[in-house]
Amino acid sequence: MSDSINVENLFKRFENVEAVAGISFSVGQGELFGFLGPNGAGKTTTINMLTGLARPDKGAIRIGGIDCTGNPKAAQRLVGIVPDESNLYPELTGFENLCFCAALYGIAKAERQSRARELLDDFALTPAADRKFAGYSKGMKRKLTVAAGIIHRPPILFLDEPTTGIDVASARQLRQLIASLHRDGTTIFLTTHYIEEAERLCDRIAFIVSGRIVRIDTVERLVQPVSEKHVMRIACAQIPAGIEDRLAEAFPEFAVALSTGGFIRVESGKPVKVGPLVRFLEDNGAEVKEARRARPSLEDVFVSITGVEADAMRREKEKKGGGQ
Amino acid sequence: MKLWIAFWNILAKDMRTYYLKPPNVSWGLIFPLAWTGMFFIRSGSGLDSITALLPGVVAVAILFGTTSMLSVTVTFEKKNRSFERLLLAPIPFELLMLAKTGGAILFGMANAFVPVVMAAFLADLSTVSWGVFVPGVFLIAAASTFLGLFIAVSVSEVFEAQTFSNFFRFPMIFLCGLFFPVENLPVFLKPLSYALPLTYGADALHGAVDGSHCMPFALDLSLLGAFCIGLFAVSLWNIKRKWIA
Ligand SMILES: Nc1ncnc2c1ncn2[C@@H]1O[C@H](COP(=O)(O)OP(=O)(O)OP(=O)(O)O)[C@@H](O)[C@H]1O
Ligand SMILES: [Mg+2]
Repeated sequence: MSDSINVENLFKRFENVEAVAGISFSVGQGELFGFLGPNGAGKTTTINMLTGLARPDKGAIRIGGIDCTGNPKAAQRLVGIVPDESNLYPELTGFENLCFCAALYGIAKAERQSRARELLDDFALTPAADRKFAGYSKGMKRKLTVAAGIIHRPPILFLDEPTTGIDVASARQLRQLIASLHRDGTTIFLTTHYIEEAERLCDRIAFIVSGRIVRIDTVERLVQPVSEKHVMRIACAQIPAGIEDRLAEAFPEFAVALSTGGFIRVESGKPVKVGPLVRFLEDNGAEVKEARRARPSLEDVFVSITGVEADAMRREKEKKGGGQ
Repeated sequence: MKLWIAFWNILAKDMRTYYLKPPNVSWGLIFPLAWTGMFFIRSGSGLDSITALLPGVVAVAILFGTTSMLSVTVTFEKKNRSFERLLLAPIPFELLMLAKTGGAILFGMANAFVPVVMAAFLADLSTVSWGVFVPGVFLIAAASTFLGLFIAVSVSEVFEAQTFSNFFRFPMIFLCGLFFPVENLPVFLKPLSYALPLTYGADALHGAVDGSHCMPFALDLSLLGAFCIGLFAVSLWNIKRKWIA
């Protein structure tokens, strides 16, 4: 199976920011690829370069097997884009906006209109179909922007934070839509800040930090190192001062952390026995309400990878700066 | 890929959402009336001077109808990012920009014929050579639209576009021989007036209406055409350089 997206050694610099610093990856046909990273990591810049809104300084891009390195227009008909900010026409209605977007891809009038109605219906926007986009709420704008991105049924879809700013039910519906597009064979490149969303939807994930890809793997393999760990979350009505140190002393095999909301988090390479732990806490003045095994998640992986990498990068930069 | 569908829809959308709005249409009617009235009062002459005024009023109506429009269709859409949609669509960039400017050119031509219709009631226009007048109007509309485009891509705010276009428009009224012949200008201003596209448009229109032109029609029209191509090419180059960073 050929790759839908293929990127080699891509660079982009803005004045004094290295937004994208030599990334390479490929996305297989029909794959749902997650692109995760902290704010300012270079996710949107990467999408802009792949879709033709930004010119790479260096590197090669192939979309749908077409070499777009010097000619971003070459593959634009294969691509649908949902940008990070809604960018439809404020003075057109929802229905007109969708029809216009379909027309940009050469779709004939009858088909444009039926497709627009279908999508308005899918996104529960039919009651607002004839209202001006300018008057839409933030979440409605977001939904219409997603609809506009898929109206021409693109085989390759770029989604830049599609679920940001919409309500829980709509976000869930949107994730179902993404999953069904995926099932139907659309190649999807997804950026998101919701790690759980990425974990649930994506086949493969790349973590990007400061313009560099630091890990790229299947979700299963990314979670594996943490899934071998045993984590216990203990909810306490009251946590006495200094309990962290006393715990660490009594149970040297545990890594202990306090988290907000009255939780003690205990991590260990071996299964954690609840009895002695709870007894120790109660003896030391803590009032234990609940103790529960926590399922390690991609979030742990993300925090550890991006946190560690960001730290390392900062140190490296400081070293370089100091050496001058 | 049916490119004409995209082309026509971009043009039609601009027409519907920007140009054919009541304020624009009434402006297109009032503006030429006001200008004609103003010169009537100033010159105090009778109806026979209408043919002398017509080319100037037509040119001004086109100039003001087109240049300011691009600050809306292009600068405003760039600002609210809807322009990115067009850049992402599978349409050749040149065709996209022709669709974006085509609406303004048509609107400019429509504006031009408002004073013509008014004049038809007041004076005898049977001697006008329409074979020169109409292409002249078209080329003036195209040149001033592309001038507006050039301005629109040089700035980032809508108000800057408006201010900047006045910086070009008002001097052009006086320097391009619309109402006062270029020969009457001080010597040091003449080179400037020959560097402005409207000078050749005005010359062609004067020639078409009452035969008082100082350059051959072919030269007037081809120079105007050259200005159109030049301004369009420079604007496109600017957009590619600045907006696809
Ligand atoms: N047009 C631009 N001019 C200057 N700097 C830019 C430009 N676009 C992006 N940058 C910089 O490039 C870096 C990467 O930005 P980018 O928008 O790609 O981040 P992101 O990963 O999408 O972040 P977020 O999660 O906040 O959307 C940032 O430091 C940003 O300030
Ligand atoms: Mg972003």
